[in-house]
Amino acid sequence: MESLILILVGVLVAVATYLILSKQLLRVILGTAVLSHAAHLLILTMGGLKKGDVPLIGESAGPYTDALPQALILTAIVISFAVTAFVLVLGYRAYKTNGTGQLDEMRGTSDE
Amino acid sequence: MSNMIVLPLIVPVITAILLVFLRENIIIQRIVSVCTLGFIVIISVVLMLEVQHQGVMRIDFSGWLPPFGILFVADTFAVLLVLVANIVATICVIYAFFTIGEQYEKMYFYPFVLLMVAGVNGSFLTGDIFNLFVCFEVMLLASYALISLGGGKAQLREALKYVLINIVASWIFLVALAFLYGTIGTLNMAHIALRVTEAGVDPLITTVGLVFLIVFSLKAGLLLFFWLPGSYSAPPTAIAALFAALLTKVGIYALVRTFTLLFTTNPEVTHMTLGIMAGLTIIAGCMGALAGRDVRAIAAYNVLIGVGFIVAGLAIGTESALQGVTYYLMHDMVVKAMLFIAVGMMIYVTGETTIDKMSGLIRNYPFFGWLFFVMMCSLAGIPPLSGFLGKVLIGQGAIEGGNFVLLGLGFLSSLIVLYSLLRIFLSSFFGETIISIEDEKPLPKRIVLPLTLLAVCTIALGLGAEWMAPYVKDAAETLHTPSIYIDAVLNGEKWQGEVNQ
Repeated sequence: MESLILILVGVLVAVATYLILSKQLLRVILGTAVLSHAAHLLILTMGGLKKGDVPLIGESAGPYTDALPQALILTAIVISFAVTAFVLVLGYRAYKTNGTGQLDEMRGTSDE
Repeated sequence: MSNMIVLPLIVPVITAILLVFLRENIIIQRIVSVCTLGFIVIISVVLMLEVQHQGVMRIDFSGWLPPFGILFVADTFAVLLVLVANIVATICVIYAFFTIGEQYEKMYFYPFVLLMVAGVNGSFLTGDIFNLFVCFEVMLLASYALISLGGGKAQLREALKYVLINIVASWIFLVALAFLYGTIGTLNMAHIALRVTEAGVDPLITTVGLVFLIVFSLKAGLLLFFWLPGSYSAPPTAIAALFAALLTKVGIYALVRTFTLLFTTNPEVTHMTLGIMAGLTIIAGCMGALAGRDVRAIAAYNVLIGVGFIVAGLAIGTESALQGVTYYLMHDMVVKAMLFIAVGMMIYVTGETTIDKMSGLIRNYPFFGWLFFVMMCSLAGIPPLSGFLGKVLIGQGAIEGGNFVLLGLGFLSSLIVLYSLLRIFLSSFFGETIISIEDEKPLPKRIVLPLTLLAVCTIALGLGAEWMAPYVKDAAETLHTPSIYIDAVLNGEKWQGEVNQ
């Protein structure tokens, strides 16, 4: 199970890298979103997948699943959600102001 | 008493949220933001005295004992940085009052600054590495907003670059955290340090350490600084000064914490890499500072030289070098804010950005000219200003550690810093004045006030070295002997038998 998820992480990172290296701003932003999903899956896998029962004392005698990675991912998801929302707005503003969504056309001159 | 440790994080967050509702009322916004920052300065002075008195303090949130819960740890190093960071932030905000313009002030400038300061303070004080990530993100999100406020063409472009670089850096941070958790199984910094020491030299742990090195180097502008000169010259002066003073320093703080506390078992690899990166940063920063004709670019490359110099001290790693690192970090915050504000004022009065087009400013604005001179001497490390002692201590550490290459590079870089600023001084402040009396833009006292305050800080930090010495010594001792920190966090509880695998 762990190895399958890790391969999935690898695929996600590959897709994200491809998207981030493209010239279109929107793709780059989507790439960063996919990249963060890869990191979340990685954290989940690193804690070990479904090693035991729900970590509630009294519910079962154990062994328990480590609950910490899920808490970490929850935090990381919220953060990446906020960042993605911000970058989308920023990208839209940059598109409006610069009149282009292509990163290479956005470069401009150094003496603006 | 230990509840006070959380105040530098929580107070600015609360006031920032309050200020969102007072958007139209600029006067209240100004008063509240300066009072908040001033309050944190007072808090950190009290904390500093308290830590000196009773050793490293900590607060366990909701009573979860370490290593299980999140905690804040106040050692002298962190508290000193909180103190100086907030003094500098207060002064930058005062500068923003008079220069940034109503448009910015109504677009939540002050709430964003307070949130950024909250993130910075949190990063300094936290004792949990995932919490460090969260505090970094708080600080970064506020800085994303600050760098894109205003929305000019060039500014949005630089903002996009800055944001994307930082997203990728944060991603690497998460990956490093995942591998760290997978290897060590804990996120509490003291506990990580303990387990890493127990594990001995382990290639996997060293690799995780190097991944952290990449993350924090990106944030601090150590070798991976390609984003820095562009980003720091795009936003308005007050914001650029805040960035230059605080953001790279948080990266350096994280590097210092990581490589004095967490990953200390394999210094042949980690500290060697740090040393090489520091040396290359100093060289690249010097080249940039010498080649630039734009004052903002020269200032940005001077930030890099500072980063390289501090990390060189960290790579040397003897106790006197760490004292130098502590001292130089404080000095660097003050003087980089000063440099950026001075450069911003030069651009404001002349309307030009290249040094060739400015001349004779000292005749029009003599006081400003001499303030620039003080700043230049301080950056170059001329006694009795604050840069001197840090350089001496790092130099002393380098000699003790036999690290003569870094010693040579560090001291050569001082000369280049002096030369690059002297070039600005000679061509822009001396020489024939090009601004006639009628065209002279007035430079009211209140705009010069923040720069004067910073000059007072750098002189005080230099002359008050004797008074600061016990605190700096204590900070360096805690950094040099990680067991002090570890014991303070994990003391007395029955954790040892239960938690250790």
